[in-house]
Amino acid sequence: MLDFFVKYPRLGRLFDMLLPLLATLAALGVGAIMLQLLGANPVTAYGALLQGAFGSQNALADTIVRATPLLLVALGICIAFRAGVINIGGEGQLVAGAILGTLVGLMFPEAPGIVIVPLALVAGFIGGAIWGGIPGLLKAYYNVNEILSTIMLNIIAVQGMNYLLRQPMIDPAQAQLASRIPQTARLAQAFDLPRWIPTRLHLGALIAVILAFVVYIFLWRTTIGYRIRAVGLNPDASRYAGINVKRNIVLALLLSGAFAGLAGAVQVYGVHHRMFTDGSLAGFTGSAGFNGIVVALFGKLNPIGAIPAAFIFGALIVGANSLQRAMQVPAALITALNGLVVVFVVSSDYFSRRLARNRRTGAETPAAPPKSTLPPALSIEGEASQ
Amino acid sequence: MISDLFTTTVLIGILTSGIRLATPYLFASIGEMFGQRSGVLNLGVEGMMLMGAFAAFYVTLTYGNPWLGLLAAVIVGGVMGLAMAFISVTLGAEQGISGIGVYLFGLGMSDLLFQRMLGTVETVRGFRPVGDFFATQFPNLLPALLAIPIIGSITSILAQQNIMVYLAYALVPVAWFVLYRTTLGLKIRAAGENPAAADALGVSVARTRYATVTLGGIMAGIAGASLSIALLNVFQQNLTSGLGFIAVALVYFGGWRPYGVLFGALLFSMVNALQLWIQALNIPIPFDASELLIMMPYVLTIVVLIFSAGRVRTPAALGTPYERGS
Repeated sequence: MLDFFVKYPRLGRLFDMLLPLLATLAALGVGAIMLQLLGANPVTAYGALLQGAFGSQNALADTIVRATPLLLVALGICIAFRAGVINIGGEGQLVAGAILGTLVGLMFPEAPGIVIVPLALVAGFIGGAIWGGIPGLLKAYYNVNEILSTIMLNIIAVQGMNYLLRQPMIDPAQAQLASRIPQTARLAQAFDLPRWIPTRLHLGALIAVILAFVVYIFLWRTTIGYRIRAVGLNPDASRYAGINVKRNIVLALLLSGAFAGLAGAVQVYGVHHRMFTDGSLAGFTGSAGFNGIVVALFGKLNPIGAIPAAFIFGALIVGANSLQRAMQVPAALITALNGLVVVFVVSSDYFSRRLARNRRTGAETPAAPPKSTLPPALSIEGEASQ
Repeated sequence: MISDLFTTTVLIGILTSGIRLATPYLFASIGEMFGQRSGVLNLGVEGMMLMGAFAAFYVTLTYGNPWLGLLAAVIVGGVMGLAMAFISVTLGAEQGISGIGVYLFGLGMSDLLFQRMLGTVETVRGFRPVGDFFATQFPNLLPALLAIPIIGSITSILAQQNIMVYLAYALVPVAWFVLYRTTLGLKIRAAGENPAAADALGVSVARTRYATVTLGGIMAGIAGASLSIALLNVFQQNLTSGLGFIAVALVYFGGWRPYGVLFGALLFSMVNALQLWIQALNIPIPFDASELLIMMPYVLTIVVLIFSAGRVRTPAALGTPYERGS
């Protein structure tokens, strides 16, 4: 089959682009088998899922609302992975941004929204940047594996959040009650992100889409973006070319965290209007920090590609919830399917590489550079960048 | 009072729980260590643990025999390990990310099965403390030993552990022996240090990595089982809550050596036991922040990673798929 695509390079390139989609279809196929085993008709179930995600104006709006944090996190993931660093800390960075963003709104309840909201979003950006910058510094200057440090920082963030919401940041009204639900007071109505009444769609979605283009321009049209990508493609060559590899690794993780943090602030000001916790990270984030990785990979680490990818996964999540309501199929199925999508998409890179190699060795076509989803320097250890 | 911590009963309690809490880390980390030594980073440990924990719990609940439960965990973990080996060795996929995929799969799947097949949180009669066994077999032995001053304390610590705890600790010298004193261990290390050279000498890098990653999956399954049918005797969604990722961190922490991993696991779980006891005893700390105590082991892990990162050398081929002639 691959020989066929070598003979017709244009079809080959199309195949390359469609690979994530094919991988997802394969995952959905497995999902259909699982649904069958759960005693649900896969066709009706996927029908209910689609209906839940796109069936009405409200459903569509909810899908976009769910897609927004996924897109923002994915933008950060694109930057980190392009620099050859793996950021698993989206969850913690999102929470860090949400906390700092919420603090701004809580501290100035009387201030005008036009001042506070932008300030809070910037605070979220900074909160995430701090939480992403720490593993960046640890990797660049202490050679601490970023996968591990970001995972640890996730756990530290959730405990920090639980503490803050239970003690200093707790809603004063809750503090009087015996139940003491760990959540902040509702932020002033004036701070709500503008909403498209009657749906839940808020301005955050537009901000995320605009930022997707900004990140694209940043990565491919600016010197700093070029350096970040160069470090990801070949840290050694970058160093010989005079690029400060360490500084760019820190910058990439910092920016990566910043976008996750912004996602947190957007969730607070656009959706929840307060912070709350059920004790776990996913309780507040809805696993957006993890699913953002899926979205970024699905978009082939391209910020523009992440827009439709986020939309698809937002639909999956919203659809899964209505699937749970309509057919009693646990929404956990979608978490499992997301995992399969990640595995299949990453594995499908095998065909991209095979195709590229066949192209190089094939007599019919001139040599083409190997195309791969992931930068070659995206290896686990930091030595390459030392 | 803080001095409450220094009574014999509490110290024995801390040691007992510290030793016990290291069990899942030991199983998962030793398994992961073999994979990493051969050049494969398996980040899906957490997902495999969850699946193993569920399988063990469900089978034990159904058939009433924890050994059958353990067997179920071995099978489930082994299958997931085999899948991870296929993904990372045969397909050569990026290991860090595909591991996250395996984790998400295990997280969702175990939750799905839990909701479908159990529905509510139940407890199960898992592995009992070895002391129970001795108390029935030799009714006079235990009380006699417990009466002796220091030996009594040690006996008390040992008698409260179950067989899984003993297995976990026995694994450490076995792993050391396999890794450093057998041909298999040499092959594993060669595949992780210089796969091309290993290949040239006739070592099948692929087969070696398949073996270690599958073994890692089995051990992760057992680690999950040690939680659900030996330490906690319950299953609920996301039972492991990050434990599997810490197990991966402990491999780095321990410098890819069995005794290093043992030291890391013990340090981590002792600190954890200490904070649990501080909470249990209601010792007044300057402000009410149990969360800050829970954080302690994780902060400690980062700190130790900082200090150990420069000291030990990573297996050279860790995380890189091997393809002949490239």
